[in-house]
Amino acid sequence: MATETLHAIDTHVHTHDVHEHHELGFVQKYIFSEDHKTIAKQYLISGIIWAFFGGAMSIIFRLQLGFPNMDLTWLKPVLGQWIVEGKLEKEFYLALVTMHGTIMVFFVLTAGLSGTFSNFLIPLQIGARDMASGFINMLSYWFFFAASVVMFASLFIETGPASGGWVIYPPLSALPQAMPGSGLGMTMWLASMALFIVSQLMGGINYICTIINLRTRGMSFTKLPLTIWAFFFTAILGLLSFPVLLSAALLLIFDRSFGTSFYLSEIYIGGEALPNIGGSAILYQHLFWFLGHPEVYIVLLPALGITSEVVATNARKPIFGYRAMIGSMMGITLLAFIVWAHHMFVTGMNPFLGSVFMFLTLIIAVPSAVKAFNYITTLWKGNIIFTPAMLFSIGLVSLFISGGLTGIILGNSALDINLHDTYFVVAHFHLVMGAASFFGLMAGVYHWFPKMFGRMMNNTAGYVHFWFTFVGVYAVFFPMHYIGLAGFPRRYYSFTALGNGRMEAFVDMNMFISIAAILTFTAQTIFVVNFVYSIFKGKKAPQNPWSSNTLEWTTPVEPVHGNWPGEIPAVYRWPYDYSKPGSTTDFIPQNVPYSATPESNFPEENEEIAKEKEIEGLLDVQNSSYNH
Amino acid sequence: MVYLIGLLSVVFLALAIMIVSKSMALSKGIKGVEQDLDSPADKANNTNAIGFLVFLVLGSIGATWSFLHSRPDMLPVAASDHGLITDRMFWISMGVITFAFFVTNTLLFTFPFLYRYKKGRVASFYPVNHKLEIIWTVIPAVVMAILVFSGWRTWRDITGQAPDNAVVVELTGHQFGWYVRYSGNDDQKLGNHNYKLINETNSIGMDFADEHSFDDFTANEMHLPKGVPVLLKINAQDVLHSVYLPYQRVKMDAVPGMPTKFWFVPNKSTDEMRYITGNPDFNYKLNCTEVCGRGHFGMAITVFVDEPEEYAAWCKQQKPFLTQNPDYLAKVPDKLKSKAQKYIEVASPAVDSTQASGAMPTAATSLR
Repeated sequence: MATETLHAIDTHVHTHDVHEHHELGFVQKYIFSEDHKTIAKQYLISGIIWAFFGGAMSIIFRLQLGFPNMDLTWLKPVLGQWIVEGKLEKEFYLALVTMHGTIMVFFVLTAGLSGTFSNFLIPLQIGARDMASGFINMLSYWFFFAASVVMFASLFIETGPASGGWVIYPPLSALPQAMPGSGLGMTMWLASMALFIVSQLMGGINYICTIINLRTRGMSFTKLPLTIWAFFFTAILGLLSFPVLLSAALLLIFDRSFGTSFYLSEIYIGGEALPNIGGSAILYQHLFWFLGHPEVYIVLLPALGITSEVVATNARKPIFGYRAMIGSMMGITLLAFIVWAHHMFVTGMNPFLGSVFMFLTLIIAVPSAVKAFNYITTLWKGNIIFTPAMLFSIGLVSLFISGGLTGIILGNSALDINLHDTYFVVAHFHLVMGAASFFGLMAGVYHWFPKMFGRMMNNTAGYVHFWFTFVGVYAVFFPMHYIGLAGFPRRYYSFTALGNGRMEAFVDMNMFISIAAILTFTAQTIFVVNFVYSIFKGKKAPQNPWSSNTLEWTTPVEPVHGNWPGEIPAVYRWPYDYSKPGSTTDFIPQNVPYSATPESNFPEENEEIAKEKEIEGLLDVQNSSYNH
Repeated sequence: MVYLIGLLSVVFLALAIMIVSKSMALSKGIKGVEQDLDSPADKANNTNAIGFLVFLVLGSIGATWSFLHSRPDMLPVAASDHGLITDRMFWISMGVITFAFFVTNTLLFTFPFLYRYKKGRVASFYPVNHKLEIIWTVIPAVVMAILVFSGWRTWRDITGQAPDNAVVVELTGHQFGWYVRYSGNDDQKLGNHNYKLINETNSIGMDFADEHSFDDFTANEMHLPKGVPVLLKINAQDVLHSVYLPYQRVKMDAVPGMPTKFWFVPNKSTDEMRYITGNPDFNYKLNCTEVCGRGHFGMAITVFVDEPEEYAAWCKQQKPFLTQNPDYLAKVPDKLKSKAQKYIEVASPAVDSTQASGAMPTAATSLR
């Protein structure tokens, strides 16, 4: 059925080049759309809305941590019974932490980032009219939407949403008697995640198929922009690891509802001994982190891909070490599957396994280091234009380095003993995957906004937004390392039980972090206002506002259904011919053949001219693939 | 405090609006003078470039200052043998990453300043340099290898078999507290326990069919001997918990149905720490670091590290569980009754008669 739908769309795009033909109805155009650009925007806007909720939750629990004595009665209109005598309910604090993590990791940085830009950029940058299956792509978004609805609804139930931490380790998450959040809230969490995983798999299959099959003529894998490579690896990671999370969730559902003992054994709770014997709580952790670790790269790789594109474009220089970048992403992708147990050094797992995973974990630092060095070298001797996207990209590299370096300490199992589950870990992953990926998301929005909405965002507001966010993120997460080193555990409602004046020593620091977090969160309103305003009232975008080389800028300012009104352009060169010696312009787009630029060709590139005929000859094959 | 935050946000927003309007006015004013439509960079380009430099300088100062300021409270004095080793390794690793942190961030923030857009400058076309790529693949790889190797050796030593003379202490996590059990003064073995035997009195589920249980005693706080290996045997009753002794650099999850362990040598007594920290009320704590429910953050007990002879004296004072709850003699199988009998204090003869009739314990002290 999917192919038929695709077929129908493609033929009508081709038979009527200009869109005088029957307009799609509102529902088909904006709601149940099969157009990858609309779906991308749906993902983006859903992601932004979720980011607001996820961020607001973090502000509420930061109030508790920074100002433990504060009277929160003013939050009662919003939180109702979760405020008891002016204080945040202890279980609701855990619920906030849990939902913040779940929302940010899955709904914002997976769906909002990868969902938006994989959908938007893959067809545009590889030269395809749409995704391999527009219908499955639409389903993918609507499964995500359904997951969102279920998760959002769980916020409003009486027993509260899931509260066992975003990793939902059983038995805490398996036993409703352990905490109220493990009741209906957890059931809804699991249902929502099951829907979400379905959505991710549909999306991932589509991305992979599209990249492999629908590249335009001449677009070999070695000419793909690094964004596409990043989305490709991301999709592979997701496709192979999300099913494992589904199985973990499924077994948990069985344990919760059907009396099985996959994760439960020898439990005495609420005054009774449960009959479950022989399960392993560690099994769940292995299954969870088999997704959980690749998930880190699922959110990070798209951000790095976006950064590669933005940095090269705005430094007016080719990305340094294109092949090394692909190689290191490939290395990260492979290694991402075999480092998961570094989250489990002190869970009682056999220490020998700990040694193995320590070796593997520290290997993954090497390709990450290579990427950082390559970005820095790309800036060297450039002619840098600081668009908001460029600022966020440079910020991303800084956060990626700063957060990544502490990974060297945490990956060392001997050092992890003391630091595991402290704020040091919180600081580490918020910098390296949270903030870095968020910066990638922002860079992407600022950079491709003109292509999405045909208008420009306000640059000045973008600069202000960047500087507040950049300074704010460092102000929040840099001091958090100190608190972690002082041995403050995560997910603590208050630090009163630490004793020995340890809480008092960091009262000021916690307050500072909370204030910085509030300011950073508030600064995002600059972005939201700019975003919404520019959609309707922004300056009209030119054809190629950043003088970029990739194919999406050859489409009309507002791409039509099918992306190119005429033939899809062919590709002759890699996407990074910026400031090429001999060329009169400082960029040569991918669709310019070498025969048109004799003045700037390198000797080996002159040999490519002979192949141009061959590439052009593929036009009929390409067209027939759409009209089969 | 609400007002403070509100005020700060207002000030912050006002500042933001001021900056925006000012830079807008500025760019408009400049546009009037020299309209440079060809330039891809706007007037804020230099400001942003300088911004990175300023961020580098102020950020470095801030990072250094805040580090020095918090240093006394970070990584509190290590009070175990392996803690001294891991702390040293931590600071070496920290040195390496701090070096990398400053070098890379300095380059990252100075390049934008040095190579900011200038009209007429052409960026250098510099797509690849294999030698450089190899250098910066090999250097991190070698550094990692060294760190991993030393980390692995330490990890192997820490997680190796506990010495035979180790003092065994059993910790059982539950919502929300820790039960501590010692192997007793007669045999050095902990008796079996079974979660199905748990009740209000026997909160660990000690199995009195096992004769090693007879002399086991429980406590509400943990005492450890200084300078002697201690082996923690860790259990959980309901959900995951995690044993965390921050000063001893000890952490190990407590997992229902899967006993875990951790051994270490505490090397500073509570008294010594009181002297070192200058805090006469200092006490070691055992905290929980795996989220376990509403009381997670308060799930702590006090830990005393005593000189070995003090520790021995403390142990001698403790009464076995069986002594405190003589009615549990009924749970002892007949053939072991004679062995168990010696732990029953010859108190009121009434106890014997009530116990025979199976009455509920009345004088039993709850473990909590």
